[in-house]
Amino acid sequence: MKYEPPLEKISVNIRETVLGQGEKSVKIGGENTLPFHSFEGSLPNSAGLALEVLDTQPENWAPSVLEPFEDVVSDPVKWAKKCVEVYGAEMLCLRLLSTDPMGKDRSPEEAAEITKKVTDAVDVPFIVWGTDMEDKDAQVLMQVARVCSGKNLLLGPVVKGNYEKIAKAALEHGHAVVAQASMDANLTKELNIALCKFFPPEKIVVDPTASALGYGLEYTFSIIEEIKQFGLVDKDKMMQMPILCDFGGDCWRTKEAKESREQGILWEAISGITFLLAGANLLVFRHPESLKLIKEMVI
Amino acid sequence: MALKGAEIMKMLPKTNCKECGYPTCFAFAMKLATGGANLEDCPHLDPQVRAQLEAAMAPPIKLVTIGAGENALAIGEEEVMFRHEKTFFHESGIAILISDKESESDIEKKLKRIKAFDFERIGQKLKIDLLALCFESGDKGKFEALVKKAYETTNFALILICEDTDVLFSAASLCADRKPLVYPITKDNTSAAIPKLKELGVPAGVKGQSIEALTSVTSELKDAGIEDMLLDPGSKNMLEGIRDQTLIRRAALKKGFRPLGYPTIAFPCFMYQDRFKETLAAAALMIKYAGIVVLSQAEAQFLLPLLVHRFNIYSDPRRPMTVEEKAYEIGNPGENSPVLISTNYALDYFIVSAAIEEANIPAYLCIKDTEGLGVMAAWTSGKFNGEAIAEFFEKYAMADKVKHRKLIIPGVAKKLVAELEEELPGWEIILGPLEGSDIPKFLSEEWKA
Ligand code: B12
Ligand code: SF4
Repeated sequence: MKYEPPLEKISVNIRETVLGQGEKSVKIGGENTLPFHSFEGSLPNSAGLALEVLDTQPENWAPSVLEPFEDVVSDPVKWAKKCVEVYGAEMLCLRLLSTDPMGKDRSPEEAAEITKKVTDAVDVPFIVWGTDMEDKDAQVLMQVARVCSGKNLLLGPVVKGNYEKIAKAALEHGHAVVAQASMDANLTKELNIALCKFFPPEKIVVDPTASALGYGLEYTFSIIEEIKQFGLVDKDKMMQMPILCDFGGDCWRTKEAKESREQGILWEAISGITFLLAGANLLVFRHPESLKLIKEMVI
Repeated sequence: MALKGAEIMKMLPKTNCKECGYPTCFAFAMKLATGGANLEDCPHLDPQVRAQLEAAMAPPIKLVTIGAGENALAIGEEEVMFRHEKTFFHESGIAILISDKESESDIEKKLKRIKAFDFERIGQKLKIDLLALCFESGDKGKFEALVKKAYETTNFALILICEDTDVLFSAASLCADRKPLVYPITKDNTSAAIPKLKELGVPAGVKGQSIEALTSVTSELKDAGIEDMLLDPGSKNMLEGIRDQTLIRRAALKKGFRPLGYPTIAFPCFMYQDRFKETLAAAALMIKYAGIVVLSQAEAQFLLPLLVHRFNIYSDPRRPMTVEEKAYEIGNPGENSPVLISTNYALDYFIVSAAIEEANIPAYLCIKDTEGLGVMAAWTSGKFNGEAIAEFFEKYAMADKVKHRKLIIPGVAKKLVAELEEELPGWEIILGPLEGSDIPKFLSEEWKA
């Protein structure tokens, strides 16, 4: 019996999404093959790797993940600069934690002001993230869209209950959105269909929700892997958006990550490589060292 | 099983003599196709036909066992490319590399650490499976001493790594009853290895510079009657590993290509100097089909993440792990003991019960049946809302168990507070910490009946 490499060609592509503007803009997606399968298809863009920046002092962070940012956590502008200038981040994820109505409840106007300042300070693309409170996120992200008009931010999470408002503002002001439908391929597809009625599909990134190693990864890995295959193998156009996985925060909350620096970095990096294997196109990290490791491994 | 009932039927005697215990040959064929019957039961099969059938019905990836007794590792017989299609069956083995070049005291330390390694998760032991003993010293005596030491002082399954075929088999003969994996068997030493492999009955780690190069060796071994093999396509880094492992599994599963129908072994320890990278490569190659991964070290902070990862990837995605619904009594609680509530997702139960034990404060832990969903997924789907929890309290008569009226709920379930205040009148609802692991601190600082 003679061996012939059993290659499988796929005739469709994941959509390519451009984030940010100018020289530092980042392209994600665009592949016509399964993750890492460059031996049988094309993967034009490597995954986007973003570092987190909070708009407010972090609480209860383990010392080993606080340490890289210790001198800048009180100022999101300095924090963002350090991520880019010292840790070489090519993308950032600004979390507007202070807008949480059950917490500081900062106003949309204030949040948009902060976002403007931070995104003006560095020229890399930004994900701007709310607090998972549907109504408040809608008000905040609409305001951010207006104030940061033309910056091509990636705004999220956009969910079934608030997609119309946020996506309309994003469309008007030239931003992309993260469509979040938790842990269910059908819901992901439904939300994409609803969005695509008025929003350009190439400006949608999906978030099936991610989680940490040992704390739900056994589910999230397989659901994300399945969603990628619906898009590539079953050629479902509404499943061909790039995938975002936001898991760094979940990782560093675990008991195991807090136990030691090395273990924490691996907790995050193993989760990251697992999501890349599932098909993620954009990852959000908390520790610069985990990001660096992944970056060096996948090129 | 590659064959369908109708295809098997064509090869049976078709006399319907019933001696197999089935009313017709057809019924027997259908049963065979689903793995419910045994070819031996038909006494009228032509031996040649039987051999043909056996070969055609064999699983596309052979099950291979390394080691003996309790610590034997069985890998192979996987049925899918992707976990969501069904499940992965046989966990990748984790091997720790020990070189005969390391000093005796280093070896001693390493062995001690490996033996002391003891982690549990969700009631299951997480463990290292094998020691990979590597000949690097050039001194046969040293290598044999290492093999003897590992064989005599531990129960681990063994991998023997040695380019010198004579030394390799002489070491293998020292521990043959432990069924060590002998590695590498290559195109250059196959003919010398065949009689030894047969004599000792040990599995062969076949190495090729490429997938193609592997096939000639495996075919030669198979023709000589040797079928216990592991494949190493010689991948030099993680990306090559993903490619090679994927193509091997695809060839076996989707093309039925027999020369590659064996489990595999991968060597992250030789791919990367950096231990973080080595660990990451091992994690990736566990997802991408490696039957065994060999690591250079055994430090807990590198191994624990990898073991938990393996536990995740090899859990069955079709069946959430659950525990029984019950008002668990942890450490003899009384009428002044705290009452906490969580879900019957096995992970939640194990995290929270361990935390209460660690706090050393006896407590009632209410475990509500949520069909294995964790706190927020269960809340969203109505299995862990105010109403469901009130029912639980009624059913298990929680009000009779304690004098106080305080219920501690998971910190993530903020949205539950108002619901519970309505459904459990008279009870004070206390929002506990976000993390189960912070319960000990919370209880010792905050709990008063
Ligand atoms: C894995 C997962 C799933 C898995 C379920 C796994 C499981 N066994 O629960 C699946 C795929 C089945 C799933 C389904 C759904 N999910 Co889901 N899922 C997740 C995910 C990614 C991780 C959850 C997890 O396993 N965490 C780990 C466990 C251990 O956490 P935990 O149970 O909370 O326990 C911790 C603490 O709470 C604490 N703790 C536990 N008990 C107690 C008790 C006390 C007293 C204390 C003090 C502490 C404590 O200790 C634990 C460790 O710290 C989260 C997002 C995320 N990253 O968190 C979404 C998430 C929970 N899901 C969500 C949703 C909406 C759903 C669905 C309803 C969506 C749908 N498709 O309809 C379904 C519902 C299920 C159904 N079949 O109807 C939402 C919930 C939204 C909300 N209300 O906040 C989340 C938060 C995602 C999101 N951001 O939208 N999901
Ligand atoms: S014993 Fe063989 S020949 Fe007889 S009925 Fe069964 S399968 Fe047919």
